[in-house]
Amino acid sequence: MKVLDARNLLCPMPVIRLQNFVLKSSKGEMIQVRCTDPGTKSDIPTWCRMNDHRVVSMEELGFEIHFTIEV
Amino acid sequence: MTVSNKVKALSLISGGLDSMLATKVILDQGVHVEGINFFTGFCVEGHTHAIRKQAPGKEKRNNALWVAEQLGIKLHIIDIVEEYKRVVLNPKFGYGAHLNPCLDCKIFMITEAKKWIEAQGFDFIITGEVIGQRPKSQRKDAMNTVLKETGTQDFLLRPLCAKNLLPTKPELEGWVNREKLYGFQGRGRHGQIALAKQFGIEDYAQPAGGCCFLTNEAYSKKLQDLWAHRGEKTYELDDIMLLKVGRHLRPRAHFKLMIAREEGEGNYLSGYRHQFSSAQCESHPGALALIEGDIKPEDRTLIAQIVSRYSQAQAGEEVRVKIQLKNGISHTVQTRAFAPEEILSEWYV
Repeated sequence: MKVLDARNLLCPMPVIRLQNFVLKSSKGEMIQVRCTDPGTKSDIPTWCRMNDHRVVSMEELGFEIHFTIEV
Repeated sequence: MTVSNKVKALSLISGGLDSMLATKVILDQGVHVEGINFFTGFCVEGHTHAIRKQAPGKEKRNNALWVAEQLGIKLHIIDIVEEYKRVVLNPKFGYGAHLNPCLDCKIFMITEAKKWIEAQGFDFIITGEVIGQRPKSQRKDAMNTVLKETGTQDFLLRPLCAKNLLPTKPELEGWVNREKLYGFQGRGRHGQIALAKQFGIEDYAQPAGGCCFLTNEAYSKKLQDLWAHRGEKTYELDDIMLLKVGRHLRPRAHFKLMIAREEGEGNYLSGYRHQFSSAQCESHPGALALIEGDIKPEDRTLIAQIVSRYSQAQAGEEVRVKIQLKNGISHTVQTRAFAPEEILSEWYV
């Protein structure tokens, strides 16, 4: 699984990084996105819904939020 | 009027009510609309409350994304941090009340939107501008300047105030019905609020003073301080993000302290520990401070006294503060905590 490190970035930078990362990915690929901005809990799933990607899981580990996304 | 399904518009979505309404007006005329949002680094966009743990009831979200989802449109978020520097550093039309280059900013964004629609085969651009809504960029003459500077006279449509402006190509070609556009003007919000109600829009962001930190006096002062003490008018993204966080104190010309005001800010600042020297009270729970600048050995006590003021130590109490230098060397300073009145008001940036 590819990993996108978006820690210590504030929204919308994690979404922009994900947007650009997905452009270089193929359909069906899994991406783990690591964030620290609590706003990503709303923004990443919103962006995924808007662009037909699936949030497989969202896990909070201390201050970090890890998303697994199927492109 | 026959509206072709092939007509496509790009809407500049800020996350506020006006761009939401303008988009809805055009969507309701059967036009395919997608949104674009430019990230300059100065966007207010919830950063302060995303960092801070305060106001836990307030939803932390990107309003532009949220608006786009409510409208059922796609949103393209574009990182323009690098390109935007020339707008902030050298605005052709100057600054507003603070460091806000609003007219240059609008010209820049419309120019970028124009490039985007040309590349993607879209037909026109929509904005939520209203004549007289903002003193710098939404005066009628300024709005005409934007058209002239960007060469978008034909295809920049402002649906909320279109009836006060000359018809544009989308209206003349019958892609949109001019009769169903609006003639709002001035700073009042009654028309927009009534229209929101008519559309059933109840939840929307109401950014006070705009959506950009450069319109904020305190923020602009911090940016000017940064330029003055660096000796050059430049910035990187991290610089302008850190200006949004914590108390900024400059007790000496050669260094500045950025002190977390609460846990969320402490967490955020701690992500920058590897780039800055830092100080934190060890003997008592206290705020993390990042130190920008090269400190001298004789500065250590003053830093420890200031930092311990923002700890749970009482004024005058003995404290132990760890100062971690950027080069990996650390020093422990034993001193006494400053009282609030020992923090000089002129130190605050």
